[in-house]
Amino acid sequence: MASKVIQAYYNDDDVLMHAVKEVKAAKHHIEEVYCPFPVHGLDKAMGLAPTRIAITSFMYGCLGLTVAIVMMNYIMISDWPQDIGGKPSFSYIENMPAFVPIMFELTVFFAAHLMVITFYLRSRLWPFKKAENPDVRTTDDHFVMEIGVHGNEKELEELLLNTGAVEVNISDK
Amino acid sequence: MYTFSNRLRIASFILMAVGVMGIGIGFVSAPSTVEEAKAKVAAHGDEHGDSHAVEEAHEEVVAHGETNAHGEVLEHHEEGHDASHDEHLLHQLQNRPWSALYIAAFFFMMIALGVLAFYAIQRAAQAGWSPLLFRVMEGITAYLVPGGIIVFVLLVLSVMHMNHMFVWMDADVVAHDKLLQGKAGYLDPTFFLIRAVIFLGGWILYREFSRKFSLAQDESNDNSNFVKNFRISAAFLVFYLISESMMSWDWIMSVDPHWFSTLFGWYVFASMFVSGITVIAMVTIYLKSKGYLEQVNDSHIHDLAKFMFGISIFWTYLWFAQFMLIWYANIPEEVTYFVTRIQDYRLPFFGMIAMNFVFPLLLLMNSDYKRINWFVIMAGIVILAGHYLDIFNMIMPATVGDQWGIGISEISSVLFFAGLFIFWVFRALTKAPLQPKRNPFIEESKHFHY
Repeated sequence: MASKVIQAYYNDDDVLMHAVKEVKAAKHHIEEVYCPFPVHGLDKAMGLAPTRIAITSFMYGCLGLTVAIVMMNYIMISDWPQDIGGKPSFSYIENMPAFVPIMFELTVFFAAHLMVITFYLRSRLWPFKKAENPDVRTTDDHFVMEIGVHGNEKELEELLLNTGAVEVNISDK
Repeated sequence: MYTFSNRLRIASFILMAVGVMGIGIGFVSAPSTVEEAKAKVAAHGDEHGDSHAVEEAHEEVVAHGETNAHGEVLEHHEEGHDASHDEHLLHQLQNRPWSALYIAAFFFMMIALGVLAFYAIQRAAQAGWSPLLFRVMEGITAYLVPGGIIVFVLLVLSVMHMNHMFVWMDADVVAHDKLLQGKAGYLDPTFFLIRAVIFLGGWILYREFSRKFSLAQDESNDNSNFVKNFRISAAFLVFYLISESMMSWDWIMSVDPHWFSTLFGWYVFASMFVSGITVIAMVTIYLKSKGYLEQVNDSHIHDLAKFMFGISIFWTYLWFAQFMLIWYANIPEEVTYFVTRIQDYRLPFFGMIAMNFVFPLLLLMNSDYKRINWFVIMAGIVILAGHYLDIFNMIMPATVGDQWGIGISEISSVLFFAGLFIFWVFRALTKAPLQPKRNPFIEESKHFHY
């Protein structure tokens, strides 16, 4: 990571999208873009890899289903197969309809919660985390594009001002 | 404008011709006397012993009202029981070509009806993505007219005692059955046909008017036809929900007149809805592959595939809710429905869960797969076959019992109606431009992107 970054401020998401495309076309590496709200298509324009969180969620769901089946098979069928109201506790499959609501709920529970926790871990979010925004205005009405500077300050500044930036700062990282 | 390709037209005629022949063979080879029926079953060898036991159980339910515990009468009753058993077997074998025809007729009619419901929802919800597909949906719903009339004719023939699919239509059976006497007020042949006319009339009326307004909207200078279509669609949905539910009691649940289930109407609805959406997707992909729907993009297919996925799960939810509630409580008068199905129809009964739930769940879960056209077609074929089996499992156990099979009658009936369906739908598609001209949402639909 460069020790110096150039920060271009924009106040419109359309202008920002346009700027991202131009900067990409000029073969500069965009380190980060700070937005107050999700800008549709920004990830595609920046060339970010698609998220794999849905795949993790599917695997967590499979885990939840397994937990439910193993748990109920042990409790209801192997450990103490009691006759409760005539339910057939001889094998798992015979009493399976009664277990389906729990199997379903645990699948959803695991898939949802573990995926959320994965999201927090991957995006480094926790209660006492120090906020990382370079400028408080990025949470309200400004967009900031951050590009590493490698001795090409003048050229970058010109390019960014041409893309419609309302303000360009150079700061140490 | 779409032109009906000659190859498809000829294929549909071949399907119909083969279907008619097979249906004819099915009817001719059905036994006409008790002796023939016994010979036919005996030829199957070991199956007979099996069938006998189940037969007995079935008989018991039917004969429940009339059992007499007097010693001297008992012997006489035993004899009568044997004779009635043979009669019952004859009726089951005679019912088979009828049931096969009825299932296939209903299945294709229900696809058109499911599409009509989907279409009305798109109109009432003012969906922005679907207007490009309206003409495809209108083409499919055109089948409601011939398909509905064929189902109605089959119902009239049943009322005329041409078959024994609906036991409650048999005055002799009702005379000995307290339960059916109690339901005679609703399950009355004349009232039954009047209801059928009202349901079909209401659906066809909406379909014709909506099509008329849809075409008129293309030529008009304002949006009044669009607004009219919105209003009648909202009204239709109310009518549809009520009529569809009652239709499912009349045309499907009443083949098992001793059994009842409250969510049955919803269950049948889910089946027709997902089949309808699947057919929309398949016809759209076909037309697109032939270069007729240039503005339709992968996002439209993606949306349809999402509906296929979601409604398949909705269907499973209702199937399971119905099954599990009855299995759990195990009340004898309700549980016989599933006992006969699990004993005699194990493979189709559980096979359809795999086809209608597990298969679409795993195949259509991935977002990328929903955009691969041949993938959607493959999933669609399995879903349609699964929902055919669903209707099969609703009708066959009550009408033919354990004498079921998927043979000449069943396959030819499906082929015949598939041919008729293809012929009618694609003929209807040639009658109007495939892209609506001035629907207020058409621009949004053209640029729909997910």
